[in-house]
Amino acid sequence: MSTVILLSLALMCLALCLAFVRLFKGPSLPDRVVALELFSSILVGTIGLVAIATDVPSLLDVAIVMALMAFMAAIGFARFLERGGPRDD
Amino acid sequence: MIELLKGTLILVGAVFMFLAALGLVRMPDLLTRMHATTKAATLGATLIMLAVALHFGEVAVVARAFGVILFIMITAPVAAHVIGRAGYFVGARLWSGTVKDELRPNYDPLTHELKSGLETQENAKRHPRETDSD
Repeated sequence: MSTVILLSLALMCLALCLAFVRLFKGPSLPDRVVALELFSSILVGTIGLVAIATDVPSLLDVAIVMALMAFMAAIGFARFLERGGPRDD
Repeated sequence: MIELLKGTLILVGAVFMFLAALGLVRMPDLLTRMHATTKAATLGATLIMLAVALHFGEVAVVARAFGVILFIMITAPVAAHVIGRAGYFVGARLWSGTVKDELRPNYDPLTHELKSGLETQENAKRHPRETDSD
């Protein structure tokens, strides 16, 4: 079981690195927002995995808060883009 | 049996998340990137939360895990829609192989006006019916 968890954590770590590549390169601001969304989704999965690995069910609350924050951030960024604030892509 | 199921769920979820990140890097424009990330990452998080529910097997934890799943399933499409809409409005470039952009001929980005394509003089007139009050 621990092998599976380790393997999955490694895969997700790789996924985070790939998402960071897009966050760094992203030609426009919306691309970066999409990368941030993916970040938070992967983090929710990672927190779930850590909860399984350490047998601490309270970590699920952290996952809930993470998902909530990501949603709010996405909405906020979208409003910012549509209103047309100062941008530096 | 539960161990096996749990391991499978965890592994498949992690693979889906990795595929989402790969799609984010490899896809050519904003909309195809969102196509790759939104669905695959949601499915990945859902599978891992199912594994969490199987692992603990208590009512409180299972309810919380299903709460996370429900929340992700509800918010992911909304967030994707909002970001895609904002991206189109700020003029994100579409891929050169895009076949159809139905919004382009009917939408005016300066005035935010969307035409239906049926604006003729005849359609602009009012045709009162028998049942109208005035």
